[in-house]
Amino acid sequence: MTEPKPLEQYQNEMAQCVRCGACQAHCPVYLETGREGSVARGKIVLAAAVLAGEVGLDERLREEIGLCLLCGSCVVKCPNRVPTDAIVAALRRRIAGEQGLSPLAKGVAALTGSKPLLRTLLKGADLLAPLLFKTIPATSGLRLRLAPEALKGRSLPPIPERNLFARVPEFLAGDPDKPTVGVFAGCGLTYLYPQVGEILVRLPHRLGYSVFLPRTQGCCGMPALASGNGPLIGTLVQANVEAFAGRTLDCILTACASCHGMLAGSAAETGNALGAELVDIHLFLHQQGLVEQLASLPKRRKRIRVTYHDPCHLRSAGITRQPRDLLRALPQVDFVEMADAGLCCGLGGTFTAAHPDLSRAIGDRKLAGLGASGATVIASSCPGCILQLQDIVDRAGLPMKAVHTLELIDQALAGPTS
Amino acid sequence: MLNDRILQELAAIVGPANVSARTVDRITHSFDATQQQYLPDVVVHPGSAEEIGRIVRLANEERIPVLPRGAGSGFTGGSLPIRGGIVLVLTRMTRILEIDTDNLIAVVEPGVVTGRLQQEVERLGLFYPPDPASKDFSTLGGNIAECAGGPRCVKYGVTRDYVLGLEVVTPTGTLIHTGGRTMKNVVGYDLTRLFVGSEGTLGIVTRIILRLLPKPEARKTMLVAFAAIDGAARAVSAIIRGKIIPTTLEFMDASAIDCVRRATSLDLPANCRAVLIVEVDGDRALLDDQAEKILAIVRPLGVLETRVAETAEESEAIWKVRRSISPSLRTMGPHKFNEDIVVPRSRVPAMIRALEGIADRYGVPIVNFGHAGDGNIHVNVMVDLGEPGMEATVRQVLDEIFRTTVELDGAISGEHGIGTAKAAYIGMELDPPTLAAMRAIKQALDPNNIMNPGKIFPDNGPERCPSDP
Repeated sequence: MTEPKPLEQYQNEMAQCVRCGACQAHCPVYLETGREGSVARGKIVLAAAVLAGEVGLDERLREEIGLCLLCGSCVVKCPNRVPTDAIVAALRRRIAGEQGLSPLAKGVAALTGSKPLLRTLLKGADLLAPLLFKTIPATSGLRLRLAPEALKGRSLPPIPERNLFARVPEFLAGDPDKPTVGVFAGCGLTYLYPQVGEILVRLPHRLGYSVFLPRTQGCCGMPALASGNGPLIGTLVQANVEAFAGRTLDCILTACASCHGMLAGSAAETGNALGAELVDIHLFLHQQGLVEQLASLPKRRKRIRVTYHDPCHLRSAGITRQPRDLLRALPQVDFVEMADAGLCCGLGGTFTAAHPDLSRAIGDRKLAGLGASGATVIASSCPGCILQLQDIVDRAGLPMKAVHTLELIDQALAGPTS
Repeated sequence: MLNDRILQELAAIVGPANVSARTVDRITHSFDATQQQYLPDVVVHPGSAEEIGRIVRLANEERIPVLPRGAGSGFTGGSLPIRGGIVLVLTRMTRILEIDTDNLIAVVEPGVVTGRLQQEVERLGLFYPPDPASKDFSTLGGNIAECAGGPRCVKYGVTRDYVLGLEVVTPTGTLIHTGGRTMKNVVGYDLTRLFVGSEGTLGIVTRIILRLLPKPEARKTMLVAFAAIDGAARAVSAIIRGKIIPTTLEFMDASAIDCVRRATSLDLPANCRAVLIVEVDGDRALLDDQAEKILAIVRPLGVLETRVAETAEESEAIWKVRRSISPSLRTMGPHKFNEDIVVPRSRVPAMIRALEGIADRYGVPIVNFGHAGDGNIHVNVMVDLGEPGMEATVRQVLDEIFRTTVELDGAISGEHGIGTAKAAYIGMELDPPTLAAMRAIKQALDPNNIMNPGKIFPDNGPERCPSDP
């Protein structure tokens, strides 16, 4: 069974919600709307009402259930750890199952099949390099995230012509006495930021590991989860399991917080895990002693002031210290903590496409902390966050650049440029 | 009760986006933290006192119940629409209008979350002490309606001690102003105190003037482990008798400790049967001395171990023990009856002994913890209502707990309010003439009984005076 479980099977979890209201303090959407339907306990009461037949899957219900970033902030802070993100995803699958996919998801589905439509849409999204959709496969979540509605007025990185698979071989042989690690790159690091994907592959190789980047890996399924597309999740999980099967791997590395959260979550729920333990690259590098290695490099005279944004899906996995330790150790960096580093950026997979204004309002809550930090570079560890953070600072006119932590680590290891 | 004309009038007052009679919105405003659910007829999000005044006048003319609601995090049903009506959600009114550093005053709207005000004033070196456990999400309007307390009340008092003045829309839709911006004020009746703790039955607070203090420079946290509850209870009295008022004086009984032990790894001596968490605050230079004094007082009372936090992390580790009680309670039984009785501080040992006796007699676990320093004990009766006869047993247990509380000169609620949850017991504590006086006030301000009806006073309760209509 690779599809996640239906709403009915969450009844025990739903009963654990005592409606204390603690989720209100942590829900990025509620902090913006102040409406009870936005927050976890309101959604759980609605899910229970759906199961009891007290309310139908009407337009208003779909609207409220759409107002969730699946960031997991409420789950981490819930005294009873009620998995509201999973419950919302299950309710979305129920809605899609009964009523078909949402207009957004349908638009994307049509897009993937129709070449004339694809061309029209691309003209609309003039910021997007024409190569983008040609280089992104139909099953990729990026197509959902970067639907034209989401792109209006957004700053986007130039789309690279050569994706990650064109830049590195499928297998890089390392020291014979060191094991092989797998790499799950995800759509963001394969197509949008392949230069970061390349560091994710080359860094463990540099440490002596053999690296396996199977070409048949696909999207992690997060956007499919967010849009309630249960069958697509099943297909993607199966494809990814097969992609990594048949090779003995020490672990499988990720450098995208959302992919990490999605793969870990779906493995826990469906019992269908990839062949080896999933490890976030920061955790891996930390264990490899890279902090000490970086700290031993001579400090540069000219340093950049860098702050760090916690992607929700790393924060909720408890991975907050390791990226900071690595950043602090960098010879070219003065690390500075910012206020509200753990506040969601507001992208939330397909959320930004469905609710662009709310998504930006949530993101703009980061501005005070970003501005006060005095940093010129914001490091993070999720391509979605990096995309959104750059958009937030660009719109506010802040002279800051959003990068992946791996880019700064790579820069340090490459040595001084001048 | 509600028809299209009234819905249209409401929409004309607050705008169509702020009125909903859709099933989804009625469901999401049908509950609070009591686990009870009642559907309202309509949910309205007003944006100003003027709008609230117009809504209340309409409701009063049409005899529709009005339910003021902040975060909806109350424990006694204060915001439950038990008779339907209009739920008036105040979460759009979230402005901090003023922080006056010359007069140590803050002026806020009712939807401001308590923790947010605290952050803002602390940035200016000021301090708003009331700290209910829900402070990160509950609103000041709600805190005023229930007169919220919290651990720091031992030293600093409760919400009512910080409210200087209020703007209130009365149940007939009139805007009135109580108190003001001065420490001293004896002009007319003290209506401010009347509205604080009135549970939304006398009107809707639309603006709040709060008193602030200078922020204490530092604090120091201690944990004291005892071999028996009696030692801990006597320690509470001894500290107060020693002329020291700590900021907080929290205790956990053996059942609370067991609960935490089962859920997490708790680093306490195996024979520890009670814990006190004591915090002092003030000028840094004085804290070590105060801490030493307290430890000297409690030492002869069967202390197994003491820990004094030297760093913020160590202080956090101590508080984590206290905070892990509530989540771990679930291991004791699926249904929790959480009462917040309060007794005079010297009666805490007697109350604890009585609670242990009740737990033994009825064979139900009762977990006790809370603010021992002000006699406010959180009594958690943990049961499985699925067991045959358990509902009746719980009723008897609660009845005995409240009866004992009143016998010990205590009060059946210290900080959660009466609402619907304790309405049946109010007559145990208040005599008929006193209740009649309260009803007279309610009747005078709310002649049509539209403002949060069915709360505090049981409709046909045993307290009803023969003179009542």
